[in-house]
Amino acid sequence: MLRIGIDVGGTNTDAVLVDREAVCGAVKTPTTRDVTTGIKTALKDLISQCGDQAREAASVTIGTTHFLNAVVERRRLNRVAALRICLPASASLPPFVDWPEDISGPVNAGSYMVEGGSEYDGRPITRLDEAGIAGIARKLRQDGVSSVGVSSVFSPLNPGYEERAREILQNEYPDVRVTCSHSLGRIGLLERENATLLNAALLDLAAETTEAFENALTDTGIRGKLYISLNDGTVAEAATARQYPVYCFASGATNSMRGATFLTRLENAIVCDVGGTTTDIGCLVNGFPREANSVVTIGGVRTLFRMPDIVSIGIGGGTRVQDAPLRVGPDSVGFRLLEKALVFGGDELTLTDIAVAAGLMQAGDRNALSHVSEDLVDRVLHRVRTDIATHVDRMKTSAEEVPLIAVGGGAPLIPEVLDGISRVHLVENASVANAVGAAIAQVSGETDQVFQGLSREDALATAHRLAKEKALAAGAIQGSLKVVEMEDIPIAYLPGHAIRARVRVVGEIG
Amino acid sequence: MVKPRYGERTLTLEDIEAMSLGAWILGTGGGGSPYVNLLNTRQLYKAGRRVRLMDPGMLADEALVAVVSTQGAPIVGQERLANPEISARPLRLMEEFLGRKFDAVMPIEVGGGNGLLPLMIAALSGLPAVDADAMGRAYPEAQMTSFSVANLQCFPLAMADIRGNEILIKRAEDWTWMERISRKICTELGSTATTCKAPRTGAEVKAHGVLYTASKAIDLGKAILAARASHSDPVAAIAEECGGKQMFAGKITDIERRTTEGFLRGRARLAGLDGDRGHEFALDFQNEYTVGSRDGQPVVMSPDLICVVDSVTGDGVATESIRYGQRVSVLALPAPEIFRTPRGQELVGPRAFGFDFDYQSVFEG
Repeated sequence: MLRIGIDVGGTNTDAVLVDREAVCGAVKTPTTRDVTTGIKTALKDLISQCGDQAREAASVTIGTTHFLNAVVERRRLNRVAALRICLPASASLPPFVDWPEDISGPVNAGSYMVEGGSEYDGRPITRLDEAGIAGIARKLRQDGVSSVGVSSVFSPLNPGYEERAREILQNEYPDVRVTCSHSLGRIGLLERENATLLNAALLDLAAETTEAFENALTDTGIRGKLYISLNDGTVAEAATARQYPVYCFASGATNSMRGATFLTRLENAIVCDVGGTTTDIGCLVNGFPREANSVVTIGGVRTLFRMPDIVSIGIGGGTRVQDAPLRVGPDSVGFRLLEKALVFGGDELTLTDIAVAAGLMQAGDRNALSHVSEDLVDRVLHRVRTDIATHVDRMKTSAEEVPLIAVGGGAPLIPEVLDGISRVHLVENASVANAVGAAIAQVSGETDQVFQGLSREDALATAHRLAKEKALAAGAIQGSLKVVEMEDIPIAYLPGHAIRARVRVVGEIG
Repeated sequence: MVKPRYGERTLTLEDIEAMSLGAWILGTGGGGSPYVNLLNTRQLYKAGRRVRLMDPGMLADEALVAVVSTQGAPIVGQERLANPEISARPLRLMEEFLGRKFDAVMPIEVGGGNGLLPLMIAALSGLPAVDADAMGRAYPEAQMTSFSVANLQCFPLAMADIRGNEILIKRAEDWTWMERISRKICTELGSTATTCKAPRTGAEVKAHGVLYTASKAIDLGKAILAARASHSDPVAAIAEECGGKQMFAGKITDIERRTTEGFLRGRARLAGLDGDRGHEFALDFQNEYTVGSRDGQPVVMSPDLICVVDSVTGDGVATESIRYGQRVSVLALPAPEIFRTPRGQELVGPRAFGFDFDYQSVFEG
């Protein structure tokens, strides 16, 4: 079965056609400001390279940093109201409390707190203020604030209050769009709430973007189903991405690591992805990225996401280089590489120029580099390699030597020998590893809910069944499903042996 | 007799930001993150409130000092966020019971989030915060304080929650009983509650408190910020600022945690980097780091402070969040004198944490 993977990076948009075993075609085009034009160009290039079989691909998966960039650049964000169910607890630190003003300004359309929420053991803090929520809904309707983020104390243990708030809001204000915090996260009220509010702020952009992606497919005559890459290396149907854009923040790093494993068949290795603006270093464990579960600051906003454990350094093909004193990044010419770099007729010295001068890469016009001294090239490469070596060492967790897979457009910048590394693997198609990772990504289904009156085994079995149903509904092939996570937490004080069971399954796209 | 060093000073927000960095490190892995209390103090500063920090040398002998602490599970504090209005309630309750007003407020422990708790209360109430605590760090149990070492009275204790519940424990047999009873109540209230512990006189604080620890946390935080700003080594800056020793630099290769009897116990293993390459280090913890062993030999132990920091940023690394692959440095800072006494060692020496050896300071011999 053929699949298409597309990675929209800061500099390049890559597309690949992949079958079960190998890469059948790969193209690279510059990322465009509107993103969609670059995707269309990549798809057309892929069709002209691979012929009609590309049109027959069963799925097209797009990984994009579009939503992350919108937050970082404070562009195209919705105004959002925050409703927190917490009183009489947590009142002194209202929603949006620790946001930088340049983002809370355009986003914050009102912050409300009402009585309700749970204790750590599932008991109610106090009775839910339903009338209060109805009043807030009417006010939002009057103000025309149609996107709301709802959070509640200990909602990962008991999502009931957030669900009820959603019902009340929708009854009073049928056009309202509600993001509930329990669908996004875990313990840590402020961080979970922040993720929820960012999600609510991205809903318009998510709707437009997924529609534009769908149009790009239609326009190029590709009938495969559209999927969007998620932070954890799995994919979701466009409809899910439209609802939860924050799940698509960090897909690039995960995709390149999954792609690296597909291209080398190595399951345990360090992956070093040298892109246009940054080098991302991560660690593959049994074919999946090792995950970090910690506070992640996105555009100055503290959130808590399950994301690959990545060290990112400001070294990439577009990184600006200056001499006297020597400075390598961390700033980059970004998607303007093809106008700015010396080899492409621009006027800025970049790492791409250095790599071409050193004979590590072939690109553009080498003659444009006549004034770049050999000494400068040596010093820059030395700096880059020392930096990469230090950070690779940081990601390793044992003294044993491990293999390193070099991927991304700037992979030739990685030295062939590194301390503590058994072998540096440079493979064909390494420059499009992230698109490969997108193409081969699996689909997942997750249940995370509280069961009452069931034994632990029955609760887990029920959760497993529901997760499987979700994965199948999302397009997974029956028989390819695998459980990747299963946990249960007994909740004392709730009647009838309450158990919170969480199960996540993944499977291949059908 | 304590001779005043500076009298009284109004803290700037920069002082408090620095203190949250320092307090997190002095927490020796425990005490909970100061982040939420820092946010609260920022909000109070925005509203025009300020914290007066009082030199313990300025305390009158008969002054009445409130000793405050947030009890409970740090994880609950991440959902039910601390609130200055509610944190100040037990003080009022205690004042009603005693029929007397407090003159100042101080923390039971400077380490972690509790270090900033009196600042929040001071900013709200206008009471001065005393530059002292009863640990000089963080410890997991109520009897592990300088006041307990000195055999001071452990009662009464006041507690309040977010609802209308106010509790006063009028009397308890000893510090251990007080710990047991208050912990039970705290659990019932949702496993987080601010307590106002046995009030102290100015004379008691001066004689048995660990003095100038707020200043120590502030100076420590400022030293780290200065090192970061000048791109020099924050770990060396911590050692220099506190007269400490750098014990080990390495990567976490293994971490094992178990929750027993309400404590987070476990052990982290490190593989050496740089000058320590080829060596191993182990960190035992019970909420806080208790013993550090190099190549199997215990080399640093409570009551000396075992501080674990991120090797690059100098940020404190907690026992609840330390993770595989992290690059950290281990530092030892000298223990307050009172814990080095025989009675101090009995309460917080290695044997108090279940080890079969006596305290040997890393700063002697």
